[in-house]
Amino acid sequence: MNRILSGDGPKSWILAVVLLIILISLAFAPFLFPGSRSLETAARICVFIVLVASYDLLLGYGGIVSFAHTMFFGMGAYGVAIAMDRMGTSYSALALGILAGAVAAGLLALLTALLSLRVRAIFFAMITLAVASAFAVLVSQLSGFTGGEDGMNIRIPRELTPAFRPLDERVLGQRISGKLINYYVVFFGCLILFLLMLRIVNSPFGRVLLAIRENAFRAEAIGYRVVYYRAMATCLSAVIAALAGSIFAIWLRYVGPSTTLGMEIMLDILLIVVIGGMGTMYGAVVGTAIFVLAQNYLKSLMGGMSEATSALPLVPDLLSPDRWLLWLGVLFILSVYFFPTGIVGRLRGTR
Amino acid sequence: MSQPSLVTKDLTIRFGGHVAVDRVSCAFRPGELTAIVGPNGAGKTTYFNLISGQLSPTAGRVELLGQDITRFTVSARTHAGLGRAFQLTNLFPRLTVLENVRLVVQARARRGFNLFTMAQSHRDLTEQAAQVLEQVRLTHLADQTVSALSHGDQRKLEVAALIALKPKVFMFDEPTAGMSVEEAPVILDLIAGIKADPEATVLLVEHKMDVIRSLADRIMVLHNGALVADGAPAEVMASDIVQEAYLGKELTDV
Repeated sequence: MNRILSGDGPKSWILAVVLLIILISLAFAPFLFPGSRSLETAARICVFIVLVASYDLLLGYGGIVSFAHTMFFGMGAYGVAIAMDRMGTSYSALALGILAGAVAAGLLALLTALLSLRVRAIFFAMITLAVASAFAVLVSQLSGFTGGEDGMNIRIPRELTPAFRPLDERVLGQRISGKLINYYVVFFGCLILFLLMLRIVNSPFGRVLLAIRENAFRAEAIGYRVVYYRAMATCLSAVIAALAGSIFAIWLRYVGPSTTLGMEIMLDILLIVVIGGMGTMYGAVVGTAIFVLAQNYLKSLMGGMSEATSALPLVPDLLSPDRWLLWLGVLFILSVYFFPTGIVGRLRGTR
Repeated sequence: MSQPSLVTKDLTIRFGGHVAVDRVSCAFRPGELTAIVGPNGAGKTTYFNLISGQLSPTAGRVELLGQDITRFTVSARTHAGLGRAFQLTNLFPRLTVLENVRLVVQARARRGFNLFTMAQSHRDLTEQAAQVLEQVRLTHLADQTVSALSHGDQRKLEVAALIALKPKVFMFDEPTAGMSVEEAPVILDLIAGIKADPEATVLLVEHKMDVIRSLADRIMVLHNGALVADGAPAEVMASDIVQEAYLGKELTDV
């Protein structure tokens, strides 16, 4: 167990319980929460945990601010979509698409990092913003290749679609379909990527990243070439984001600018990292679970509450489902105010 | 006499019209502790920065163990055998004492790009770090966060980190600055211990005359960026130019 978690356990029993609940809920989501909407939510949580954690690797451990994370996410997704579109549906096209997306993301990240991190970390933030915007424009303009603003539907192998029915009988009250298999591809893919990142941040390399975040000047003085370590962190983070993007594309069977490249997603990632707790990895898990659930269910929860309080003055108006974004905002402000080190930082009792 | 381990040749840096270090040529040998003295603004720290690579010289060169390192990055110089403790405490404040030293040992072992093993499974590195802490008597603070340490212990840790680096050339920039009278001797003992190694070349920027007198084999005097005197302590302290430029008052006081 210690080896699986790379010696970096939750270090707080409340956190351990919360993580266990999230893990079990996600692992048995199709059986615990039947219905396509809850399965969509569960898959989204899995993918975003990886996406947010890969951003935490960069921001929380490397101390590097990037605005291009959704671009790398998108590269993974478009890699799969374009490969399947051009080569036809097959597992080899799928593998090639995933590989191409990850390699392209890694190379672009390396190039951006070496060009800008050498100067000053703040330039990197600005350059990533420019590169990400350029990429988004490129994707929407090259519509013959990427489907433009409409995006692309992906024809994934039949074994991963709802039409595939390997068994006639039900298991635990659930019909076994390709959709279920697809969900477990998402779940285990994301679990492996998350554990891999947990290992990376607790490796000798991860320690150097922490050292650089603490005092880059000293890290250089004791013999670490800071720019290479930062470039490596950028590269790893980009590759993992691309892999998450590929997984997301396979799950959604669709890719478009709004599902992968949008600035809103970038903002969501930033918010989740801060709410969950920077530089903790587990913060990505807790933050994403709360955030995605709030995004998906706050509206309906408020609808119910509004009806329940309909007898009172003013309260139903405040709780009207249309106000959900307001309450989400209030939740954020409160959480940042009360947990400046994020939920995980708070639970671990670090300042 | 042994071969010099560190040589600066006509080392010069200009900031606009101001010459901060002016054609300083000097050779440092193993087994020798050289104190670099001079009034504030004489260019001592700037000279150090040129040697350790924080600044690039306008002209001149730096050679370490016969290798020209003038164009080396800071980290490359460290791997080539140069180690420096800074004037202002310069550590990883939110990491533990042990981790601060462990990172140095890890850098020297060149395992920083080890991505998929657990840092704690590199036991040899942790043991080496623990040994150094033992040597400087900081073992009892190993698991403390650096920011929780007293100023004196932080300076001690900085020397420990330098020892862990095992450089050929040690550079100390006012190692006892800001320390209390009780704390300073501990640091000086550590430096004396380093000096006892005949392989070690030690450079020391220092203001306190008693420190210099007890440790230095040789004194270099910088004044307005230029080297104005260089020799055995007694000789340098007695010379007219030094008396006028810098030491005059302090010497007559003694």
